Amino acid sequence: MVEKRSGKLPSLLLILLFIVFAVMALFPLFALFLASIKPASELFKYGLNVRLDFDVMTWANYKAIFSGKGGSQNFFDWYRNSLVITSVFTVMCLFLSSMVGYGLAMYKFKGRTLVFTLVLAVMMIPVEIIILPLYRLSIDLFIINSIWGVILPFVVAPLPIFFFRQFAMGLPKDFMDAGRIDGCTEMGIFLRIMVPLMLPAYGAMTILQALFSWNNFLWPVIVLRSTEKFTLPIGLAGLLSPTSNNYEVLLAGSILTILPILLLFLFFQRFFIEGLTVGGVKG
Amino acid sequence: MNAGKQATQGQRSSRPIKHRMPNGQKLAPYLFILPFILSFLIFFSYPLINAIIMSFQRVLPGDVAFIGLDNYKRLLNPDFFKALLNSTKYTFWTLLVLIPLPLVLAVFLNAKMMRARNLFRASLFIPALTSIVVAGIIFRLIFSELDGAIMNSFIKLFGFDSQKWLLSSSLSMFALVVLATWRWAGINILYFLSALQSIPRELYESADMDGAGTMSKFRKITIPLLRPITIYVFTITIYGGYAMFTESFMLWGSRGSPQNIGLTMVGYIYQQGFQYFDLGFGSTIGITLLAITLLVSMLQLNVLGFFKKED
Repeated sequence: MVEKRSGKLPSLLLILLFIVFAVMALFPLFALFLASIKPASELFKYGLNVRLDFDVMTWANYKAIFSGKGGSQNFFDWYRNSLVITSVFTVMCLFLSSMVGYGLAMYKFKGRTLVFTLVLAVMMIPVEIIILPLYRLSIDLFIINSIWGVILPFVVAPLPIFFFRQFAMGLPKDFMDAGRIDGCTEMGIFLRIMVPLMLPAYGAMTILQALFSWNNFLWPVIVLRSTEKFTLPIGLAGLLSPTSNNYEVLLAGSILTILPILLLFLFFQRFFIEGLTVGGVKG
Repeated sequence: MNAGKQATQGQRSSRPIKHRMPNGQKLAPYLFILPFILSFLIFFSYPLINAIIMSFQRVLPGDVAFIGLDNYKRLLNPDFFKALLNSTKYTFWTLLVLIPLPLVLAVFLNAKMMRARNLFRASLFIPALTSIVVAGIIFRLIFSELDGAIMNSFIKLFGFDSQKWLLSSSLSMFALVVLATWRWAGINILYFLSALQSIPRELYESADMDGAGTMSKFRKITIPLLRPITIYVFTITIYGGYAMFTESFMLWGSRGSPQNIGLTMVGYIYQQGFQYFDLGFGSTIGITLLAITLLVSMLQLNVLGFFKKED
């Protein structure tokens, strides 16, 4: 009995502590949502606040976005661009990176250590240092101001390669020989036997890479030059200018920006955390 | 790519037929890693070499000339030191907060007695789903100078006067670190959790049998086995610290901050390259940043004993 009580108290304290942290994590988003259903005049009077004043609450900000008011004429262009870029990027990135990671894990070949070292090196060097030459290269390759300019330079990413390599190290090599005996090509073994076995890794990486692409800002803002080609983060950041007051659309637009990725996460949540754990990003 | 492969196969088909299969196998790995090789050559090495060359050039529209070390000499100006100082301070504070806090939270979340851990895990991770642009919009408003704004209302509870958060150097650094903690803690918790779950339970069970206490188990088992992931999180935090740009861009906007209190190294590259169109000097800042991050990472890897031979 005594033992049981001494176990209950700390666990209660722990839960209280985590409730505090969870509230702190969710509070800013709650404040944003609350502000998005109030007129911007409230925001200028009181700042971002969490007063529950039901009289002033309205969906007017969201209606403004849907009717293209207040600088939001292109909002749904941005939305479509973000969706297209994120989907294409994520699919390509997962396919190519898993291929490379798999190749590094399953085969012994000359230069394997060198290539893996290069993967690690690219992972440790901030890409931000090469944005100026990369910008000039995008002009030379005619991919400036297009979705390919956003996607191609970063679609073979070192982090997922590393992750898929770690994951593939745990795959049974016997299956490869079995596949060869059945007459599969090496690519066939990868696509038909190994890809299905790596599904948990794909689950985890889908969320991480989609998240990266959906939220990416610095490179897209450099590559995409015309308003109708912007992605959501660029468009939103542009609404925040010293010369115009677009807070209504800005806040409602921010909520609409979070929504798809939040749904994706809640839907795949279990898959996501388990996939990461199984793969074990062990450094 | 295909033609090359066929040519090689054709060439080798003159050999005894026995060798055909292994040859396909020998070639396959290179096909698998080809995407990385191409991307590395085109989108990494080429621009990197270009950046090094441009750092010794004056690159203005229609005017490119070698100017030796002039760009590097130009680095000796107050803006550069301000940017370097800001990025270094930011990296320092994020390391101080974003390693121990997520580590401890992850250990608790992994504890046997923890309830509703999936719920807490998800809630702590949700901020990481927000784009930094949106996070910046939120925290710009939270740290607004209005009396009714969240941060000012909060410190009023403790009897402090309203502050102009984003106009002071130290207060705005605080705001940036709060933003970073909110945005990144969930991801680091996840990294630590994934490593914790790969520690075999038997280790703790046998320690229990030896009568070890909670603290000594933490010190003797958990901490040493978390070393690899800690090194990884340390490295990406240094990387993220020196690469920080969007947070500052969102808090102060494209025109920059008063007295450059929010100017970062990447912000300085962006300013020189895309606002003053001085690609040469911009590249010089980039190469310097590369040297600094490599130096700091090497230093950290040495201190944490990454190069120490083990297992």
